Amino acid sequence: MDNKNISKRIFKDRIFTVCVTFLAFIACLPLLGILFLIIKNGASSINLGFFIHLPKPVGEEGGGIANAIVGTFIVVGIAFLIATPISLLTGIFLSENRKSRFSEMVRVSIDILSGIPSIVIGIIAYLWVVKPMKGFSALSGGIALAMIMLPVVIKSAEETLKLIPYSLREASFALGVPYYRTVLKVILPTGFSGIITGVLIAVARIAGETAPLLFTAFGNPFMNFNITKPVNALPLLVFNYATSPYEQWHKIAWGAAFILIIIVFVVNILARMISKKWKVTF
Amino acid sequence: MKKTSKKQEIKKVFSKDPGPWNFYSRAGNKYFLMDWIFKKILFISGVSIFFLVLMIFIFLVLNSMPSIKEFGFRFFLSKSWDPVFEKFGALPFIAGTIFTSFLALLISLPFSLSISLYLGEFSKSGFFSGFLKNSIELLAGVPSVVYGFFGMFVLIPIVRYLEIKFNIEPYGVGIFTSSIILSIMIIPFSASLGREVIELIPQDIKEAGYSLGSTRYEVIKRIVLPYAKSGITAGILMALGRAIGETMAVTMVIGNSNVMPKGLFSPANTMASLIANEFTEAVSRIHLSSLIEIGLVLFIISAVFSIMGKIFIHKFSITENG
Repeated sequence: MDNKNISKRIFKDRIFTVCVTFLAFIACLPLLGILFLIIKNGASSINLGFFIHLPKPVGEEGGGIANAIVGTFIVVGIAFLIATPISLLTGIFLSENRKSRFSEMVRVSIDILSGIPSIVIGIIAYLWVVKPMKGFSALSGGIALAMIMLPVVIKSAEETLKLIPYSLREASFALGVPYYRTVLKVILPTGFSGIITGVLIAVARIAGETAPLLFTAFGNPFMNFNITKPVNALPLLVFNYATSPYEQWHKIAWGAAFILIIIVFVVNILARMISKKWKVTF
Repeated sequence: MKKTSKKQEIKKVFSKDPGPWNFYSRAGNKYFLMDWIFKKILFISGVSIFFLVLMIFIFLVLNSMPSIKEFGFRFFLSKSWDPVFEKFGALPFIAGTIFTSFLALLISLPFSLSISLYLGEFSKSGFFSGFLKNSIELLAGVPSVVYGFFGMFVLIPIVRYLEIKFNIEPYGVGIFTSSIILSIMIIPFSASLGREVIELIPQDIKEAGYSLGSTRYEVIKRIVLPYAKSGITAGILMALGRAIGETMAVTMVIGNSNVMPKGLFSPANTMASLIANEFTEAVSRIHLSSLIEIGLVLFIISAVFSIMGKIFIHKFSITENG
């Protein structure tokens, strides 16, 4: 092999390295752009009144998004209450029956469920809840979000519980502890941090979902605590106000997007801190 | 071999015996009953997930029956979507979906591949890769409506400016704009999966390549990429599935026009954004059921993609073991 060939190969390698590094960092630019814009435009429209007032009609100064913040908490809370118990039990089931044909079927259904576009989940919640109840409601929004939350929590619960060594449960059995108590008092607490992390990540994800709320929670310009009535939610408000033609509403939408992103990021960071601090290690 | 094990598994699920370790267990023992109830509850929760997915499918089929009966297979070939005369054809939206998602995939592929190579191969730790990793994770967490908002106020003016420069009708909205937004949204997914796959490649085969005098580029081209092929394919499939089902960001920048897209820059509609736009306004039964049929198509596509992705990942884990 002559020298020229080698230097050509090294040159190619250099070019390749530069290209990969360059492209990788270019991809970060949109994120920085989005963050910068939202902080710039959002922070200026936020004050105390933004959190405690209701939206005002077009043309009037001020107004807040209190109803959307409350609505988001209601809808996400409903989803959390529905999805967490079911997904915990399913996660335990899958980690306990690792190789059975039936649990493989359940795993495939979970994969399908997690891949369903959120707008289709919205249609289902409409057919199952809105139509029989004859009206949009916070409950239907919560159910739609719960269906999105389920696969995320199940997967993380299963993965966490799988890591717990068999010797731990054998120790418990050796002490004469029955099976259900072993699961509830030994295995679940050991994997608790992983499960909490999964729940938090799922909550962060559904807090930003808009599509399934479009025809379930629907949106509401007033404050509402009744779960059988429509409520507003932060992502819905961002969508409705951003697509409106009014300059003033755009400003409110920036503020709402700012709060939404902060909620999502804080929950995400919390999840990561928990998983780091109380990691399941064996 | 497999058959007997399947039988045993079914027996295990239904069996009243809680297990070999439970030597105190006897019928009538209160712990025995509690264990039995507990196992049944676990089993029922698993069954409920299975039935949830089954019921979703059945309800979508049942509710799109009127439209399936009325239009049959013509539904996928007809270009007109006319709520007034109640003639519905999904071709423009199928075309819009395919254009936007494949274009998005094409745009995002070099970036996501670079990120996964950079994080998995070039620099596994350090300030910059930490920064990159965190940015990607944050990028994955940004709600889609915020992406749409960003697209409306940043991307649309830029695209409009470009269109004026190139003498195209300056809509600003359209297939091109939504592809760019989609490509930004799907980068984190394919990148993080690609990174995981590339990190799993055993060090010794890479070292074998280096010891033969290969440069890093040659190792990546000849060893890393072929080895990680199925994992990367799974990542691409997942990203494509997400792009096809993405609703809000696309709705906000695609222009929502119910005609056949004429070119790269023309306004269009995807299946998901059509549902988002018209579902609450659909009055007639056939209109609603046509929209639900489009939802059914989305469901089937996403289900096929999930299963295919799973098969690819499974294939990869087999090659890893043997």
